[in-house]
Amino acid sequence: MDIERIDQIIDSHRGEASSLIQILLEIQRENGWLPREALDRVRERLQVPVSRIQHIVTFYKAFSLVPRGRHQVHICVGTACHVRGATRILDKVEEITGIKAGETDLDLKFSVETVGCVGCCALGPVLEVDGKTHGKITPTETAAVLKSYE
Amino acid sequence: MARINSPEKLEKARQEILSRRKPDAPCISICAGAGCLAFGASEVIDAFKAEVEKQGLTVDVDIKKTGCPGFCERGPVVVIFPEEICYLQVKPQDVPEIVSQTIKEKKIVERLLYVDPTTDEKAIHESDIPFYKNQQRNIICDNIKIDSKILDDYLAIGGYEALSKVLFQMSADDVLAEVKASQLRGRGGAGFPVWRKWEGTRNSPGEIKYLVVNADEGDPGAFMDRALLEGNPHSILEGLIIGAHTIGSNEGYFYVRQEYPLAMENLGIAIRQAKEYGLLGKDILGSGFDFNVEVHRGAGAFVCGEETALLRSLEGKPGEPTPRPPYPAVKGLWEKPTNINNVETWANIPLIINKGGAAFASTGTEGSKGTKIFSLVGKITNTGLVEVPMGITLNDIIYKIGGGIPGGKKFKAVQTGGPSGGCIPAEQLNLEVGFDELTKAGSMMGSGGMIVLDEDTCMVDVARYFIDFLTEESCGKCVPCREGLRQMHTILTRITRGEGREGDIELLEVLAETAKEASLCALGKSAPNPFLSTLRYFRDEYDAHIKEKRCPALSCKELISYYIEPDKCQACMICLKKCPVDAIEGGKKKIHVIIQEKCTNCGECFEACPSKFGAIKKLSGEPVPPPIPEAERTFVKKSKEK
Amino acid sequence: MSEVILQIDGKEVSATEGMTVLQAARSAGIFIPTLCYHEKLEPFAGCRLCIVEAEASGESRLIVSCVSAVEKDLVIKTRSERVDRIRKTLLELLLAHAPDSPKLQDLAVEYGADKNRFEKDASFCVHCGLCVRYCAEVVKKNAVGFVGRGTKKEICFVPEIASVECNDCKECFPLCPTSYLQAAFVLTEALAFPNTSSEPDSE
Repeated sequence: MDIERIDQIIDSHRGEASSLIQILLEIQRENGWLPREALDRVRERLQVPVSRIQHIVTFYKAFSLVPRGRHQVHICVGTACHVRGATRILDKVEEITGIKAGETDLDLKFSVETVGCVGCCALGPVLEVDGKTHGKITPTETAAVLKSYE
Repeated sequence: MARINSPEKLEKARQEILSRRKPDAPCISICAGAGCLAFGASEVIDAFKAEVEKQGLTVDVDIKKTGCPGFCERGPVVVIFPEEICYLQVKPQDVPEIVSQTIKEKKIVERLLYVDPTTDEKAIHESDIPFYKNQQRNIICDNIKIDSKILDDYLAIGGYEALSKVLFQMSADDVLAEVKASQLRGRGGAGFPVWRKWEGTRNSPGEIKYLVVNADEGDPGAFMDRALLEGNPHSILEGLIIGAHTIGSNEGYFYVRQEYPLAMENLGIAIRQAKEYGLLGKDILGSGFDFNVEVHRGAGAFVCGEETALLRSLEGKPGEPTPRPPYPAVKGLWEKPTNINNVETWANIPLIINKGGAAFASTGTEGSKGTKIFSLVGKITNTGLVEVPMGITLNDIIYKIGGGIPGGKKFKAVQTGGPSGGCIPAEQLNLEVGFDELTKAGSMMGSGGMIVLDEDTCMVDVARYFIDFLTEESCGKCVPCREGLRQMHTILTRITRGEGREGDIELLEVLAETAKEASLCALGKSAPNPFLSTLRYFRDEYDAHIKEKRCPALSCKELISYYIEPDKCQACMICLKKCPVDAIEGGKKKIHVIIQEKCTNCGECFEACPSKFGAIKKLSGEPVPPPIPEAERTFVKKSKEK
Repeated sequence: MSEVILQIDGKEVSATEGMTVLQAARSAGIFIPTLCYHEKLEPFAGCRLCIVEAEASGESRLIVSCVSAVEKDLVIKTRSERVDRIRKTLLELLLAHAPDSPKLQDLAVEYGADKNRFEKDASFCVHCGLCVRYCAEVVKKNAVGFVGRGTKKEICFVPEIASVECNDCKECFPLCPTSYLQAAFVLTEALAFPNTSSEPDSE
């Protein structure tokens, strides 16, 4: 991500330190993760201590300090999905991708994450891949869905 | 649209919008809420657009992408006005028939109607369906009538009338008196009287005051705020501006959970349009009153639903709660007096102004007035959002509205109040729903999550699940929450794994007391509730896990075994092929046997076995019978024996 | 500032308005245990050890004394069965991290806390935040901060700042109740300091 674009984002928030989280979220959304150079630039421009940025990017779940995979796999582990067997979907995803929730595989193919509730409780258990919702999914179907991604 | 700068012009604009609309012309409303979209509503909307054009009806028929009406179980939901014909589970291939039959010929497409499972009767109108019939929908009812991306839709149903009234006909004291008369309590969790919060912030010294809409709906299994943000953002905005004028604030914030992109989008559009119309920003409706709002996205931290943590997050800091007092009403955002209310609370305000506080208070129980939206999920036939009067019984919600438990299973408990709520057992289904009533039963209202659990749900696992969630989400600042929950989680996990020890319950009780009494914020103080309430009503399940290493619900993976009953097995090979670890022996005409040493308890075979055979059994707390000897495994079809 | 009279452990104590209960107690020579409190720092209210029982208009409740302002006619009990039980559990939870901390051990004797009651966790920080807050509020260098949240929260030196500032300061070292801070500093120094003055050993 180039410095100019980062500056644009910071400027759109009038360079205010109180917008630190909003600025980081925008960089995260555009770039998929937060590279060191981006954090340095934000720190310089907003004049906030490194320690505060460090704490924020590790406190909030939305931020990633490492590159993400090409496909974002989200398993809903909200209560409704949990009682309808989300754990078994998660087990299956972890088995197929070979990584645990919160990780990205070495080929940068999948990033796997559990999410609190995506608000489609009628469809539980729910698996989301790149924003597409697969509802009332079974472990067998999970395998088929993941295999369809390159 | 030119800015509207007087109440008369607002009324005129409304009349103009209505005059442009033909009340008898057909309008196809399709729910474009997150649930229906996941069911494929986008494709249905596209199909309607194409079909209407194909049949040359574009000018006469209005197609609306609306908010969530609540019946997520049967999405995509389509309602056709003015007749209010309700079609459920509509697929793109149904669309040509709907357009040619219902729109053109005014005939009903029978197969898309709701069929009552007990009486087999069909319901044509939304209001005939038991799911809706037994609700009292004051807030969520507008969702299906409007496209939230179009302000005119909101104006057409009387939107911003309450604001106009507040700005030109009422004093701030009048508004406060009305809110006080309504006895409205905060819908976000704690149920604090709204008027008292407003009055506190209003009376706090200082020129600058802030208002905040808490839209950080983080409870897993709850999505009512999302439905309002997506489906009717102007109602929230209108409530907020009314609050601002009453309290004396010129600046407000929406704090929206980042997992809700559609809510962010619709809210952004609503704010832009309100500004264009002169309903927000400088000199609102020509009254001289200024109010601006900004939208902040949450960044993924459940604790930010706690008001002091939310304020720190708005300031661009980690969301760690700070001690109260000082309360936000005195010292909140950037140390200025701040009033925070939840989405649903703000959405109730226009209603209270329009209908009057007394009318609002005529519904409900002694301590809880008005209606409340619940998200009814879990082991329930009709999953969805339900709006009911306070004081309705749990029984009515679960059976009359929710349609009971699917699959002929037995009801076990209903979990209310989000992760820090509690479980209420079958004996208390006659409990009237209200803030104080639920608290007395060991649970709480919370923001309105209602998760139904059936006989297959293990209550120890439910406690473990919520404590796990809260341990993950603890901010880590104070010891009783951070360390106490960590230890509670360790102990509960070992109990569900069959490694529970004598004394574990007592240890959990001590930790629960410490977290409850000594934690800094509401997250920690209420975190032990899932444990305490399950222990209160389901102690026998804890004892079974610890003393007998048995899970009565046959749910805890480490405590169950799968076994094929030889006399029921039809040697069909289905389970054998499904087993991912080749733990099933057998063949064609050879009774199948599970090799217990290889089995990982994944349950695939259990689900694969055709229900007419039902040959696979879960066992817990008892030894698995030895496999039948090789010699006896040849399968003989019984029907042919005779 | 007007004078406020309150009662602590049966003793009449005079305090000034705006003072906390903890300050009032200390000024009267009454001991309340604390871990995250420091007179030069803003109160943090994280360790909760300074919890006391407060009685006002016949009702008894637990308050955290480092952040609770004195009130007229408040009756404070710094020890009670309830208070002691909570302090004991809190100490036991912390001892699971730092069983050999002298400060925790002393308090453990006083409250009968058993360091083996809860499952041990081999991370020695007790998250009192004294180092982080002292560096930010008093020294104003922000050389050490928090990372993570909840059970994964840790302290972490910022190598670029620590390598320049810390060797001449180290004022936070004696504040740490578990000596974990020194260990974290040495680790950061060895692994992450940029361009240390001496060249690394060749081969």
